[in-house]
Formats: sequence, C-alpha cells, structure tokens
Amino acid sequence: MSGFFDIPSDLQHSWWGLIGLHLREALLPVLAGLLLALPLGQLCVRLRWLYAPVLWVTTVLYAIPSLAFFVVLIDYTGQTELTVMIPLTVYSLVVLVPAIVDAVRSVPQETLAAATAMGFGPVRRYLQVQLPIAVPAIIAGLRVATVSSISLVSVGTLIGNQGALGNLLHDATIYNRPELAWNAVITMAVLAMLADAALVLVRVLLTPWMPSGGSGGAGGGRRTTPKTAGARPPVPAAEPALKDAAR
Amino acid sequence: MAVDRLSLEIPDRSITVLVGPSGCGKTTTLRMINRMVEPSEGTILIDGVDSRRQPVNILRRSMGYVIQNAGLFQHRTIIDNIATVPRLLGWSKDKSRARARELMERVGLDASLAKRYPYQLSGGQQQRVGVARALAADPPVLLMDEPFSAVDPVVRKGLQDELLRIQEELGKTIVFVTHDIDEAVKIGTMVAVLRTGGRLAQFAPPAELLSSPADAFVEDFLGADRGIRRLSFFSSAGLDLLTAPIVAVDATAQQIAARADAGAPYLLVTDVDGKPLGWSEPDRLTAGRIDRGRLLSHGRPFVAGQESLRAALDCAVLSPTGWAVAVDGEGRAAGVVSQQAIGDAIRGAHEDSVSPPKALR
Repeated sequence: MSGFFDIPSDLQHSWWGLIGLHLREALLPVLAGLLLALPLGQLCVRLRWLYAPVLWVTTVLYAIPSLAFFVVLIDYTGQTELTVMIPLTVYSLVVLVPAIVDAVRSVPQETLAAATAMGFGPVRRYLQVQLPIAVPAIIAGLRVATVSSISLVSVGTLIGNQGALGNLLHDATIYNRPELAWNAVITMAVLAMLADAALVLVRVLLTPWMPSGGSGGAGGGRRTTPKTAGARPPVPAAEPALKDAAR
Repeated sequence: MAVDRLSLEIPDRSITVLVGPSGCGKTTTLRMINRMVEPSEGTILIDGVDSRRQPVNILRRSMGYVIQNAGLFQHRTIIDNIATVPRLLGWSKDKSRARARELMERVGLDASLAKRYPYQLSGGQQQRVGVARALAADPPVLLMDEPFSAVDPVVRKGLQDELLRIQEELGKTIVFVTHDIDEAVKIGTMVAVLRTGGRLAQFAPPAELLSSPADAFVEDFLGADRGIRRLSFFSSAGLDLLTAPIVAVDATAQQIAARADAGAPYLLVTDVDGKPLGWSEPDRLTAGRIDRGRLLSHGRPFVAGQESLRAALDCAVLSPTGWAVAVDGEGRAAGVVSQQAIGDAIRGAHEDSVSPPKALR
C-alpha cells in the first residue's frame, strides 16, 4: 500500500490509464479549438472589423470560471468528460484565434500579391500559400494552448472524478497521501513538456524552409515566430528591482 | 484617383517602361493590366480584345509577374517556386520541373540551387528566381513591378543586363515599372513618364526623351545631366581613331622617333600583344628599356564601335592625358582619340539627331 504509483481504486484506472485519459481530455479540446479557430481566424483576417469583437468575446469567455461552466453544462452533458472538454475548447480560443490571425496576417504582402498575380484563386491561395507559411506561428499558439490545457484538465475533479490526473489531488487529501499530489503535479508537468517538445518536432518537420534559429540563422530569416522568439523575460531589467527589495 | 484618363498603346515584343515619382499610379496602371486593380472606367485591350472577356485567373496565368523583393513562396523550394504557374495550368509535376530547370539555366541560376529554399539565396538570386517563375509558362506578356529596386547597384546592373539579354532571346511584351529614370532609359524601348494622378507626361523612346523633354516636369524628372546621359545613345563608331601614336613595348628607337610627332603629345605603349599599358611623353621613352612602372595610367578603355560616346568621353575625362584609348573586342588597342575629337563627334551627333536642342534655359 501507499506506493508512489499505487492509484486508489476509486479512480478505476492505473497510472498509465490516467495519463491516457488526461491526454485525451487535454488534447481533444485543443484540436477542437484549432478547428474552430482556423475559420474564425480567417474570417477575422478577411473582415477586419470582426477581429476586435471576436477577441473581446474569447477573452470574456476565458474569464468565466470553469466551475460556472460546469454548473451550466451539467444539465446538458452530465458528469462526463465532455463537460470538462467544452470549457477547455472555449479557453483555447483565447490563445488560438489571435495566434492564427497574426500568423495569417504576417504572410508578406508581396508573397500574396505574387500569388494573386500568378492566378491563384482565394481558396487555393489560402490553402497553398497563406496557411503553410502561417504554420510556425500557429504552432507557437498551439504550444501555449496545449500546455495550459494539460494543466486545466485537473479541475474536472470538481464534477466527480473527471479530472484524470487531477483526481489524484482530491484523493491525496481524502486518503491523506501527499505522494499522490506529487505524482499528479510531476506527471502533468512532464506531460506538458513532452507535448510541447512534440509540437516543436512537428514544426521542424513541417517547415524545412525555415532558417534554423538555433545556429544564429545563417540565411537571416525574414520572420521569426513571436512566441518562440520573445518568450524569455528580460532578466537584466529585474536586477535593479531585486536590489531595491534587499534594502 | 490614382490613374486618370491614361491612354497608352504598348508595343508588342518590346520593353515599355512606366516611370514617375512615387504616387504617380504606375503600379496601379500595371495592376490594371492583369486586373489586380479594376479600372472604374475605360477598357484595357490585349491584342484588341477586352481583358475582361476571359476569367481573371486565366488572364493572370497568361502574364508573368515579377515583383519587388521577388515575393517568392518561402515554403517552397526554388524549383517548385518556378514551376508554380505550369502546375496551376495543370502540367504534370515532371514536365513542370523540367521546364523550371530549363529556366534556371536561362536566368543564370546554378542547377545546384534547385532544392534550396528562398531564405538560402541572396537578394539578386531571389530576383532571378522571380524572373524565372514569371517566364515559366512562356507567357507572351511580362509585368515587372520595380523588380530590381531592392538589390544593390552592382547586382541591379547585372540583372538589368540579364533582362536585356533574355529579352533579346525571347522577345516578350514587357511592361516595366520603376521610379529610377536611369533604369528606364537603360532598358526601355519606349518610356512613359507619368506625373502624379496617373497623367501621361510623355511617351517616347529614351533618346527622344533625353533630347526633347515635353515639359518642365519631364525635364526636371530626367535630372541635371541628361545631356551626358543622352550620349549613351550615340555610337562611338564615327570617331576618328588615331593609330599612329601607339608603340609596342619592344619598339626600336627609330619607331619611337617616327611616332613622336604623329599628332599627339603622348604615345600609348602597348605590350607585345597590342594590349594598352599606359601613356608616356615620347622623349621619356628609351628603346628596349621601357619601364612599365613609369607609364601614366590609360584609365578604362572603351570598346570602339560597341560602346557609346558616353563611354568614350568618360575614358577621355578619366585619362590623365585627356586622351581616350579605344580597344577592340579582345582588348587590343584599336586607336586613341582626344577629348576634342570626341567633342566634335558629339556636336556632329547632336546636329544629326531629329530635333534641335531647345533654346530656352
């Protein structure tokens, strides 16, 4: 009893089972979010005025606590995984819509003009030119959405053991087994890192045409994706603040 | 209004340049030809047929389009970039790629670049890919929108020469937009100068543009040294080249003495193959012991008959002796000519040219 990987039987899953469940509950919403955000994003690019209201709506939806979502949804979808995944899908839009809009907009004007001038129709131009060039920035958005989704799944525990690995947190308190909480936190962190790495790999495989950023970009890339390039906070700026705090 | 009541007949199989200050509507005019901009009034006839009579994408695929910064598809290899329009036209992949390879050679791109991506190429190479891509489906019409303005002057000159060479081979109907009057004069068969609002200020061959600008706007746009630039259109073939003041480096004392007063204050010394080495005063030359290091530089020689009077004058102005050296195609000295003789030739050429110089100004 009480080993690190001994999962209480009330969860009805092994550790690996919980991981599979967790990934499904985290990744399906991101996929659904992507499928929603692609047309929505394209609509926002075509109709400029639409972008601000759409962004406003996704932000407001993001501000709704998941518990509130659950209370509303439980009447329709019950205590199921779906009740957890619907809010997660909605939350992913706040990241994915702007990522896709920015990505599609960042395709250079002359590339689009050249495509039009060569006789690409609008649909073909979107599928063969805009979307492929937007892939790096879209994946940058997917990385953020995926990692946040993996951590958010655990709130599903609130509607009766629908939180996959998050259920361990609840069990840790009722069975007084803190190692279960550690297990949940560490496993989720590792899953998030692995999922993130997998997306980076997908990006590398999909975009052989990108200057390799790591080696200083020999060719001098025209575009770097904002999310990957500017993720690190400027450390030097923090130093004076620390000194002030010490006084 | 970007372009107002512009009426222009673009000649077949030649380069027509639209030039003007920014905001004069030259790009808009170009984009009206392939209907990227639709005119609010009026028509565009291509071979006598209204351009709106066929579906827009069919029309565009029949016109090559080259743009500033090339506008390459960064996610496609060079060869696939070039093969774009053939693929749109439904050619097989193999046939399109074979055609693309052929064009890479035509525009002077090494075959090893085929599998590279645009970011791996220099600006000049990218622009060549842009030209190759426009030519891929062998369209009769080529639209070029400031294609060379984003590359450095040396590369630009190379690309311009290349375009003229390709045009010589292919004979396309090219419409070329630029804000650079020198480029317009260099490559245009006909030059249309536009003023703000898309009004046509003058439509003429470049030599005529330089000799008789239609009004103060055109004259101002041509710049201060249009007289000198106009010399580019006069051949140096008519120059009287003197061959007497030339001695070989192994000349005997008699040969030097015989040429000392051949009509020039200096003698041009050549090597045994006849290639120019430099100038010297006759009495400073000693037979058998001519010191190459003490010769005066002969500057850049011009190719007699091939280059223009502008090149000849430039050589004479640059030469410390005031005399220009003419060479043949192999670089052997063909003769020498003084600034004065070039000046006479220029005056003669001016008198022969169609319109008399303007008296005013």
